[in-house]
Amino acid sequence: MTTPDTVTNIVVAGLGGQGVIKASDLIAAAAFAAGLDVKKSEIHGMSQRGGSVASDVRFGRRVLSPMVPVGEADFLLVVAPDQVDNNRYVLRPGGVLLEPSLLDAVKLASPRTLNVALVGALSAFLPFDAAVWRAALDATLASKIRAINDAAFAAGRTLGEQLAATRSAAAG
Amino acid sequence: MTLPQRQLLSGDEAIALAALRAGVTLGTGYPGTPSTEILETFQKLGGPAQWAPNEKVALEVGVGVAFARGRALVTMKHVGLNVAADVLFTVAYSGVSGALVIVSADDPGMSSSQNEQDNRRYAVAAGVPMLEPADSQEAYEQTFAALEISQRWGIPVILRLTTRVCHSKTIVVDNHAPWSPAATAFEPNIRERVMIPAHARPAHRRLREKLAQIEQWAETAPLHNRADGDGRLGIITSGIVAHHAREAAPHASILQLGLTYPLPLNLIRDFVASVQDCIVLEEGDPYLEDALRAAGLKVRGRPAMYRFGEFSVPRVRRILAGDVTPETAPPRGKPPQLCPGCPYRTVFDVLRKLDCIVAGDIGCYTLGALPPFEAMHTQICMGASLGVGLGLRHALPADQARRVVSLIGDSTFMHSGLTGLAEMVYNPPATGHVLLILDNGTTAMTGQQEHPGTGRTLNHEPTGRVSIEAVARAMGVNHVDVIDQVASTEEFETLLRARLAEPVLSVIIARRNCILAAAAIRGYENAAKAATASCCSGDCGCNSAPADAASDS
Repeated sequence: MTTPDTVTNIVVAGLGGQGVIKASDLIAAAAFAAGLDVKKSEIHGMSQRGGSVASDVRFGRRVLSPMVPVGEADFLLVVAPDQVDNNRYVLRPGGVLLEPSLLDAVKLASPRTLNVALVGALSAFLPFDAAVWRAALDATLASKIRAINDAAFAAGRTLGEQLAATRSAAAG
Repeated sequence: MTLPQRQLLSGDEAIALAALRAGVTLGTGYPGTPSTEILETFQKLGGPAQWAPNEKVALEVGVGVAFARGRALVTMKHVGLNVAADVLFTVAYSGVSGALVIVSADDPGMSSSQNEQDNRRYAVAAGVPMLEPADSQEAYEQTFAALEISQRWGIPVILRLTTRVCHSKTIVVDNHAPWSPAATAFEPNIRERVMIPAHARPAHRRLREKLAQIEQWAETAPLHNRADGDGRLGIITSGIVAHHAREAAPHASILQLGLTYPLPLNLIRDFVASVQDCIVLEEGDPYLEDALRAAGLKVRGRPAMYRFGEFSVPRVRRILAGDVTPETAPPRGKPPQLCPGCPYRTVFDVLRKLDCIVAGDIGCYTLGALPPFEAMHTQICMGASLGVGLGLRHALPADQARRVVSLIGDSTFMHSGLTGLAEMVYNPPATGHVLLILDNGTTAMTGQQEHPGTGRTLNHEPTGRVSIEAVARAMGVNHVDVIDQVASTEEFETLLRARLAEPVLSVIIARRNCILAAAAIRGYENAAKAATASCCSGDCGCNSAPADAASDS
């Protein structure tokens, strides 16, 4: 995943109003802070009106198309439980699905931070250090909602680390 | 706002940044996905930006700025250029003294539009140069190039984007030194600025001469990207498709055209000769393909099935593999709906209950055509609810005609409902007519922009306000009612029922703020009140803009 010439493909999906675009902004900001080439793309004309929304983030040493090719997503983050099935087709075989049920074990201070919690889980799989994520959170989130989102990110990170360990144990 | 050199920006934001650096005298336009963020960002960066009632007026204002030797940036979505086309075709003749750049944001795939028209045709039809960036860096650079071309040849220029370029965020290196502001001045030149036939005939010849010069210049202009591959396959393309093609065909030779009208035919001919097989890859109409084949070049286009929708890497792979089997449709997602608590829900409940025939319009309320309401029966373009509703009234048997309602939003009414209202007063149907104006106090569909009916500028500061009810009365409608359809749903139903039963002309303004915008609107109103209550001069700072009340999520 992290050889210099490969591009990492991430799709964030959910419903309008759930912070799908905010989550993809956060991931893109991290890749940007890490000094990589990054492109982020979505269609957001009707995104506030409760319909399906998906946003693509791609990063690496050089990124060409801003859209993740279908079936080539390394990671799929889904913020709405009922949007998992209709978005699964974007994942590559062996790609990682991060869905709301992953966070059943933690009590988030606000359900509105689920998007950031899932990015926290994703962070366990990506080669960015804590300073990069702090910079990304600084760039993306307003200070007044920062504390609850930092907590959500940390909770997601812990679960993501467990999941990553389980996966690498199964693979290895 | 401090501006670091390397930034992650959308195409829209990149254009705004370039406009700021290039000292654009005025940015104007009408909100329309995917173009809306250009002027909003330009304003946030400190540039002068304003919303016009519609794209035609915006372009006219831009023409005035450019006649004054200023630099004008006029933004709109693709269908907005239809509204502004009358201006475009003749300002191409008159030319400008400063610079006039029109951003046309096209929407292949119709993510948020009523058609997927290809505005590259407008460049040819009107005879104006057209640039097509592929990403945010190119959008930034081509904004400067568009202003330069416009200024050098005194010609309007179209900067044509697509949704993916407008809304994708890519890295921009902000490397242009700022331009000094334009020194504006009026120089009378009646022969070139007054397009009566005697002046327009030589003006048309001047336009063609300018285009011939630009065509020559385009051959070596630093706007095109050519990368040579192994010589077997050549791809000619423009815009976002260039990136899809580079990814899908790393061994191909690729010529990405930055200026796609007028075309640098010698450059293209040379490229075609350098490869064994040459294909034109483009979204939308076969614009490049037709032009190159007409010029006698040996190129092939993509199969007709790929005319529909937008391109992607997998799609380019399919085309290059000659695959014309039907594409797999992605699994259906959840369609958008009127928001919970949207004040329009009540309206559609009542329209459905009264079995109205509804001529609808463009806005959030178009969602009233979908389940569970299914209470809108026609929708074509901005403002069409009025004319279409009147036509239905004229043509239908009386028992059906009496059920026809024209339904339009506040911003759309300001955009192009006024002339429809004049038609309603001038040619009233025998059964009368009911115009229902849904006034939610904002341009909700595109993300809550201001318009003349809100009485606030693009920056949400107080300005002159156009009263919809006063306009309707002044234009000669005898029955004008304003009602909060949510606070008094029964009264709203009773009123609509009564107006439909009478052979009169009626305007009902159903007024309640958009539920997403309501808090922000209260904030703007309170800030305006506080400013006028505490201030007696313009210098104390109390008139400064309220803190940005809208938080994006």
